Amino acid sequence: MGVVSGVVMPFQFGTNWSRFSDATANIISPMLAYEGLTAFTLEAGFLGVLLFGRNLVPRWAHFASACLVALGTLFSTFWILVTNSWMQTPGGYRLVDGIFYPTSWSEIIFNASFPYRYMHTVSGFYITTGFVVLAVAAALLRDGKSREEATAMMSITLWFLTLMVPLQIFLGDAQGLNTLHHQPAKLAAIEAHWNHEARAPLTLFAIPDQKAETNHFAIEVPLLGSLILTHDVNGVVPGLKDFPSEDRAPAIIPFFAFRIMVGMGLIMLALVALGLWLRLRSKLYDAAWFLRLLTWSAPLGFIAVVAGWTTTEVGRQPWTVYGVMRTTHSVTPSLTGIDVLLSLLGYITVYLIMFPTGLWFITRIVRGGVSAEEATPVEAGRPAHPVKPVPGAP
Amino acid sequence: MIIFDFVPIWTLILGLAVFFYVLLDGFDLGVGILYNFARTTADRNLLMNSIAPIWDGNETWLVLGGLGLLAAFPLAFAIILPAVYFPILVMLLSLIFRGVAFEFRFRDVEHRTFWDHAFGYGSAIATFAQGVVLGAFIQGFQVEGRHFTGGSFDCITPFSLFVGIALLFGYSLLGAGWLILKTEGQLQTQARNQARICFLSTLAAVFIVSLWTPLVDSGIAHRWFSWPNIAYLSPIPVLTALFGILEWRAIADRKAELSPFVYAVLLFSLSYLGIAISLFPMIVPHHYDLWQAASSPDTQIFLGVGTLFLLPVILVYTGWSYWVFRGKVRADTGYH
Repeated sequence: MGVVSGVVMPFQFGTNWSRFSDATANIISPMLAYEGLTAFTLEAGFLGVLLFGRNLVPRWAHFASACLVALGTLFSTFWILVTNSWMQTPGGYRLVDGIFYPTSWSEIIFNASFPYRYMHTVSGFYITTGFVVLAVAAALLRDGKSREEATAMMSITLWFLTLMVPLQIFLGDAQGLNTLHHQPAKLAAIEAHWNHEARAPLTLFAIPDQKAETNHFAIEVPLLGSLILTHDVNGVVPGLKDFPSEDRAPAIIPFFAFRIMVGMGLIMLALVALGLWLRLRSKLYDAAWFLRLLTWSAPLGFIAVVAGWTTTEVGRQPWTVYGVMRTTHSVTPSLTGIDVLLSLLGYITVYLIMFPTGLWFITRIVRGGVSAEEATPVEAGRPAHPVKPVPGAP
Repeated sequence: MIIFDFVPIWTLILGLAVFFYVLLDGFDLGVGILYNFARTTADRNLLMNSIAPIWDGNETWLVLGGLGLLAAFPLAFAIILPAVYFPILVMLLSLIFRGVAFEFRFRDVEHRTFWDHAFGYGSAIATFAQGVVLGAFIQGFQVEGRHFTGGSFDCITPFSLFVGIALLFGYSLLGAGWLILKTEGQLQTQARNQARICFLSTLAAVFIVSLWTPLVDSGIAHRWFSWPNIAYLSPIPVLTALFGILEWRAIADRKAELSPFVYAVLLFSLSYLGIAISLFPMIVPHHYDLWQAASSPDTQIFLGVGTLFLLPVILVYTGWSYWVFRGKVRADTGYH
C-alpha cells in the first residue's frame, strides 16, 4: 500500500503545484530524484526478492535484500525530509525573477531545521512500529497463541521503547527550540500565543480566535510557557501579533494537532513506565489489564505522527517556502475548484476502499497467530511460506 | 563554473528512463489487460505470478521518469502535468488499484472476483490513460508564458483517445510476448493467439498514427518527408516492416519462446524513436525546446553526477532480480 500511494506524490507536484515546481525545481528536484534513485529503487528492487525469493537465492543474499530494503526506507526519509525542511527553513539559494537557484548544496541539504526534523521523524517512525509490534505481541498473549514468540517480541520491543520514548521527547524539545529560533510565527501559532511577552504562560486548552486575536476558554499554567519554550522562566516568547495578519498560520489547527501529538507522547511514556515497573515485578506477560492496554495502543504512534505532521505543515502556512513563497502563489493556475474536488473525491474513494481492506487483512493475520499463518495452504500459486522463519528459529 | 552542456545527457537519461518504463511496466500492464480474458482461476494465478515479483520494480521507472522530467526540464513538467490532469489522475488511481490487487486478491479469497476486476480493469484503464497522455503530448498544449492556460479536458481529443486505444493493443502485445516466454502448453497457445490479434491491431494503429501526425502537424510532416531527411530516416519504416515480419513468424513458430517478446520490444523501440524524431528538440511541443525548459546547470550537474553513477547500479540489480525469477512460472511449486 505504501509503494503504490508513494507513486502519486511526484506527480502531484506537477498537477496541483505547478508554479511551486517551476520556481523551486532547481533546488528540490535533485532531492526528490535522489530519493527515487537511492531509495525507491532499492526498496522496490529488493522487496520482490525479500518476499518471494527465499527459496531462490542463498540465505545471505536474502538477508542482504532485507537490509537493503530497510536502508532504502531510511534513504527515502532522508531525502524527503531534506526537501520538506528546506521548505520550512530555506537556505543556500538565490532568487532571480521568482525562480530559485542553488548557491550551496550543503546549505540546502543541511538546512537549519533538517537535522532536528530528521531525528525526530525517524525516531517517531521507529516508535510507531514499536507500538504496533507491542500490540500484536499483547494480542497474541491474550489469545494464548504463540506464547514463546510473543514474549520475545514484547521483551525486546519494550526495552527498545523504554529507551526511544524519552529520547523522542528530548528530540521533540530540541526541534521546538529550533522552531522558536527559525520559525517564530509557527511557534506562536502552535502555542496560540498572541502577545510578545516574557514569563509567558503555557496554554493547556483554548479555542483560538483568529479574527479577535485572542483565545476563548483558555486554561493556562503561569510561567510554564517560557520555561518549556526557552528553558528560562524569564524567556521571551513571540506572539502572533508580531506578524502581519496575512502572514499568520490558522492557529487553531497547529494548536490542537500539537497537543494531540504531545498527549500521545505522554500516554506512550506512561505505558513504557508501567511496562518497566511490571517487568521489574516479573508480571509483564501476565497482567491482563496491561496487555489489554497495549492492544489498544497500536494506533498511538500513527496518531502522533499524523498530528505532528499536521502541526509542522499547517504551522508553515501561509507559505510553501517559509517566508519566501506563498501557498496561493504555488498552486497550478489552470486548476479549477471542480478539478480539485473531482480528484479529491477520486482519492478519497480509492483510499477508503484500500486502507480499511488492508487494515482488515492485517488484523486477520495477527489474529491468526504466528504458527496459524504458517499453516495457510498455497494460495494463488505463491510459495507456501512467503515470510517463513529461517530454519532453526523457534 | 564549468561550461559544459548537460542538456543532451539529461535528454538521453530521461529518454531512457521513460523508455524503460514503457517496456517494463508496458509488459506487466499488458499481462494485466490479458488477465481480463483468462478463462480459469488457475490461469489467472499463473498470469499474476508471472509478474508478481517484478511489477513493483517496473513501476519505479514511472517515478524516475516523472522526477527526471521535474529535475531536468522543470518548465516542461510544470506545463505538461496540469494539461493532462485527469488522465494522470485516472492513471494513478488505476495503478493504485491494480497494485494492491496483487496482495489483496491473495489475502481476500471472499472477494477474489472484485480484486480480479480491480487488477484487470485497473491495468487496462491505466494503459488507456497513458495513451491519452501521450496523444495529448504529441498534439501540444495551450501555453502562455510559463503556464498551461487551457482547460483540464482539452487533452481529450479524437487523436489522444485513439492513441489510448492503440497503447492498449501495444502493451497487450508486450504482455502476450512475456506470457509466451513464461508459460507453457494451452496457456502459451492462448497467448500466441492473443499476440497475433494484438500485433495486427498495433501495426494498424502505428500505421494510422504515423499518417495522422504529419497530417495534423506540418512540422512533423516536414521533419519526415523533406529531402534529405526522408533518406536518412527511411531505415525506420524499413526496419519496422522487417521486425513486423519477424514478429509475425515468431508468434506462429511453436519453438520460438523468447523471440516474440524480443521483436515486440524492438517494434516498440522504433515507434518510440519515431515519436522522438518527430518532436525533437521540443519538450513542450510548439513552445519550449529542451534547452529553454532545462533546470539550472548547477542542478543538472549536481544530480547528473549521482545519476550517472547510480543508474548502472540500478540496472545491474534490476537485471539480477529478473535473473532470480527466470524460467517458466508454475502454479504448484511457486515460481520455479
